[in-house]
Amino acid sequence: MSRKRKGMEPLGEAAAGNGMLSRRIFLEAAALAGVAGIGASQAGAEPLPVASWMKEPGAALTGYGQPSKYEKATRAVPAPANPGTLGIGTARTPIQLLDGMITPNGLHFDRSHSGTPDIDPDQHRLVIHGLVKRPLVFTMEALARYHRESRIAFLECAGNSGALYAPQAQALNAPAIHGLVSCAEWTGVRLATLLDEAGVDPAAKWIVAEGADAAAMSRSFPLAKAMDDALLCLYQNGEKVRPANGYPLRLLLPGFEGNMNVKWLRRLKLVDAPVMSKDETSKYTILLRDGKAWQFVFPMEVKSVITRPSPGLALKGPDFYEISGLAWSGKGRIRQVEVSADGGKSWAAAALQEPVLPKAVTRFRAAWQWNGGPAVLQSRATDDTGMVQPSRAQFVAERGLRGAYHYSAIASWRIDEKGEASNVYA
Amino acid sequence: MCMRNGAVFCAAVLIAVSPAFAQAPQFGQPIAPADIAPWDISIGPDGAGLPAGRGSAKQGEAVYAAKCRACHGENGVGRPNDALVGGAGTITSEQPAVKTVGSYWPYATTLFDFIRRAMPWNETKSLSNDEVYALSAYILQLNGIIGADDVLDAQSLPKVKMPNGDGFVPFPR
Repeated sequence: MSRKRKGMEPLGEAAAGNGMLSRRIFLEAAALAGVAGIGASQAGAEPLPVASWMKEPGAALTGYGQPSKYEKATRAVPAPANPGTLGIGTARTPIQLLDGMITPNGLHFDRSHSGTPDIDPDQHRLVIHGLVKRPLVFTMEALARYHRESRIAFLECAGNSGALYAPQAQALNAPAIHGLVSCAEWTGVRLATLLDEAGVDPAAKWIVAEGADAAAMSRSFPLAKAMDDALLCLYQNGEKVRPANGYPLRLLLPGFEGNMNVKWLRRLKLVDAPVMSKDETSKYTILLRDGKAWQFVFPMEVKSVITRPSPGLALKGPDFYEISGLAWSGKGRIRQVEVSADGGKSWAAAALQEPVLPKAVTRFRAAWQWNGGPAVLQSRATDDTGMVQPSRAQFVAERGLRGAYHYSAIASWRIDEKGEASNVYA
Repeated sequence: MCMRNGAVFCAAVLIAVSPAFAQAPQFGQPIAPADIAPWDISIGPDGAGLPAGRGSAKQGEAVYAAKCRACHGENGVGRPNDALVGGAGTITSEQPAVKTVGSYWPYATTLFDFIRRAMPWNETKSLSNDEVYALSAYILQLNGIIGADDVLDAQSLPKVKMPNGDGFVPFPR
């Protein structure tokens, strides 16, 4: 049963307008529980029955675990424009139904241009060539013999949140707008190790990465990124990389737009200049108002999104609620996230959940006393380079609404009197 | 193992064996450039990597009708998949941008590279180099960028000047 505390005292110290409370409540809640009545129901609970599953043996053991049948979190897969070309499109992470920072492998977002190839790892090869002293080829077995390391990193499609470029706000939920971001622990071999083995020619400045999918998707990226933190990934959250995410080998360029993290990696060619592939000219460039387009926009800039509440997750009446979401920056760590319940007029600092890692998502939580009146929820992230997530007005003033990619402005959920959330521009 | 009174011993061992670690483990197999050639399909904007072969728009029209029209429409107007022509003038104006090969793509070499690696969608890497040159010519001709009789090959393709060739600027931060 829910508590009804109309006209009640807020549970915590006010931190901003329209019911935003200090994040200190999360530290104090444990001490207060049972004293001030946080989480306690005023009416008595029903007597506790012994459930049927405690009276008979459970299911047999299985080889590969699955979620409970009561859980419905699946990826949203919008219908393709052309049913004849299945495999072009997206599968979107249900970010509003997940918590923590790690995306389960079956729910990691997927954007592909020509379907998921069925690759036999024994036949797959990686070749490194071009401006190197010794062109080399690697079997997957050979790659597995190198020293491996892991890092937790987000991947975000450059087209994520692109729906917010629309001039009018559309009736879409969190995954439909923001579901092309996921975060996993990736394990593999540092690309720099293999480049050292091949011997980089001083003339090399860029690398062309190419997948083994039907489209042989290819992108150029700077050699400096390869030497900095690029990882050739064999494992995703502890198990082999999933086919939709690049099995058996995926390039990870931490913080860079998703498309550059080439899946099904088969070839790395060192060159002196970018090859100007289709996906770095006709796509993934940001068209500005004056007709010029930004090219080579690599890091995903600082951004955050509230996942709860969000459309489809209605509030159950005026009460205390935790607002939760994700923040990330392709340039480093999240330093701060602020949350507003009054459309950005005032802001309260959110609690950042550890670990707060560079180029990974950070889970944030804020405390809110909803009084049942209208509210517009927003989150604003700042990274450790000092970059602050811009308002929609600031963002549009800089680049207009023609960009299609890299939308990173503050997003808004309006809460109506019924507690329903909807996408609005504010 | 390296604890307390063993520390001095361990340090001595590390010094003694460290030369063995100067060479990192190497598991790559050398491969000759000629053996990589079938995979080396990237084409640079200067034409680097373009193969022998040639084709004109007239030759490309028949290939287009057989392999491309079902997805990209009559004369490249698009539907159900991307339009390949049109959009002239929409990039530099405030109206909604129609990005096509003709209106937006900065390099003709990208057209050859992409068709050869990724098209036709259901049967990629099935076209001959002559067919890819011919299709590239046909799409450029549909956009009014070259003439119907112009022949494209490794020398002429990189010289094609695209209408939006100067349309791109580096990201400022």
